[in-house]
Amino acid sequence: MAEPAISADGIRKTYRGAQTPALNGFDLEVPGGMVYGLLGPNGAGKTTAVRILATLMRLDAGRAVVAGHDVSTEAARVRQRIGLVGQYAAVDEILSGRQNLVLFGRLNHLGQARAVSRADELLERFGLAEAGGKPVAKYSGGMRRRLDLAASLIVSPEVLFVDEPTTGLDPQGRQEVWSALRELVAGGTTILLTTQYLEEADQLAHRIAMLWHGRVVSEGTPDELKATIGGDWIDLAFADADQARQALPTVAAHADGEPRTEEHRISVPVRQRTRALIAISTALAADGVEPVEVNLRRPTLDEVFLDLHRKQGDKQEVAA
Amino acid sequence: MTAVLGETWVLARRELTHWRQQPAGVIVNWLFTVMIALMFGGLFGGAIGEDYFDYLMPGMFALTMFFGVEATMTAVSTDAAKGVTDRFRSLPIHSASVVLGRCLADLMNSAVGLVVLVGAAAALGWRWQEGLGRALAAFGLLLLLRFALLWVGIFLGLVVKGPESVTMVQILVWPVGFLSGVFVDPATMPSWLGTIAQWNPLSATAAASRDLFGNPGLIPDHAMLLAALWPLLLTAIFLPLSVHRHRRLGS
Ligand SMILES: Nc1ncnc2c1ncn2[C@@H]1O[C@H](COP(=O)(O)OP(=O)(O)O)[C@@H](O)[C@H]1O
Ligand SMILES: [Mg+2]
Repeated sequence: MAEPAISADGIRKTYRGAQTPALNGFDLEVPGGMVYGLLGPNGAGKTTAVRILATLMRLDAGRAVVAGHDVSTEAARVRQRIGLVGQYAAVDEILSGRQNLVLFGRLNHLGQARAVSRADELLERFGLAEAGGKPVAKYSGGMRRRLDLAASLIVSPEVLFVDEPTTGLDPQGRQEVWSALRELVAGGTTILLTTQYLEEADQLAHRIAMLWHGRVVSEGTPDELKATIGGDWIDLAFADADQARQALPTVAAHADGEPRTEEHRISVPVRQRTRALIAISTALAADGVEPVEVNLRRPTLDEVFLDLHRKQGDKQEVAA
Repeated sequence: MTAVLGETWVLARRELTHWRQQPAGVIVNWLFTVMIALMFGGLFGGAIGEDYFDYLMPGMFALTMFFGVEATMTAVSTDAAKGVTDRFRSLPIHSASVVLGRCLADLMNSAVGLVVLVGAAAALGWRWQEGLGRALAAFGLLLLLRFALLWVGIFLGLVVKGPESVTMVQILVWPVGFLSGVFVDPATMPSWLGTIAQWNPLSATAAASRDLFGNPGLIPDHAMLLAALWPLLLTAIFLPLSVHRHRRLGS
């Protein structure tokens, strides 16, 4: 079997002065040549994991191997093989896009002429050829992100870390960054992508690990992940909030988890979709409060994390 | 070694590109000390005496070096805040290159600032009186002070949290500048203020430059020695602190 592009084993990291560890037994195995999504809410430890794997930060305990080299003992070798796109676009705002790429090209030890031609290639490829001469301060969020991506690809890295590439971007910027990332994947680079959005991981990643309080709590393909956690959800909409309130006890009785209500809507997790759907519809019809709209769907990330949160809370209560 | 030099030059040249991209900003910066010199020379010259301008100029040269702290600090903290420092650290370059590039860029900036101010002073009649050799020695001492203050600036840039703290240092720069032998002789100040001003590293460099340029002003004992020792002491303290801070970025 081929060696994984990234492997992390029991990484622990506690920030100076912090009460709880940012990473608490972080394990990860990323096979080469795929986009791997590291999915977690704000504060889960995504950035910490990326910074450790990219040799920017030391780990307290555990071991990590990236592109065949140990991040603790062979940091310089790792750095020759990776690219990093940090959570905030790390480009010089005073310089133009082209000047940035030439600068980073020179720092990757390309000669001046080669650095310039490589900069032009990359500007073209990321749709920045026209804006290449403008100072980065005048770029939109999506353009900065793409420039940031381009700067990480000056010498094709074996492994690319991309930390929350679309957080804070508008839908247009998000689309631009997604298509840039898709193109990279086609090129065969291994990418570790962190995100807070299930949709993004779903769109781009071949496999996903879910990070929760500094530890991977679930791992698999996007479909596997959604299937194992919480099953499906049924959304019901009623004529008004009063009707929804009336229907709630009946709906809750047939649900496999806590229902969530919002004005005239009720959402409930169910394990067996068809059976639950029939049971709820029949019971509501008998009560005389029929929904105006019924929808069966996969859980959203928010629901997945709320579910995890509840389980985590239950465990802590048991422990206490 | 040659790799370090090459990387250092590439990074220093980034600063030159900044000048080209935003010429107004740097030019205003260089002219700022000229304005201060004109203002104080004009305001106090009449009250203090005819040769006040000649007294003031070496102090202004030292002050120009001192103002560089702020420039270094701003550049370092901006790079850290924007993630540019992290990008440099993730590149296969020597970590010394990043710091040396900063050094070279800031020394170039201050040297140009000094040349502009010296040019303006000369146009208004200021002269060095004791030959080119001693004048060059004075410029050497001034740049030595700037070199020492680089490490203070890098340290502060790595310590401060964002642009708000930069503003604070920008304000603090003034009392430190005034409480020195830059504008007036510390001997004329109330005694406790005078003592503080006497011990201000700026005073030593200002006094030694006056001596070397042959400009008026009482030259305290050991001015030359202090002007050499102060920067070395500052470097001995702040260079290791900066290196330590830089290492701590990764912990
Ligand atoms: N420099 C720091 N000092 C102290 N605590 C930090 C620092 N950076 C992050 N943390 C904490 O570590 C945890 C993980 O943060 P982070 O890795 O940034 O999460 P994410 O990227 O998933 O949002 C959070 O609780 C955060 O508050
Ligand atoms: Mg983060």
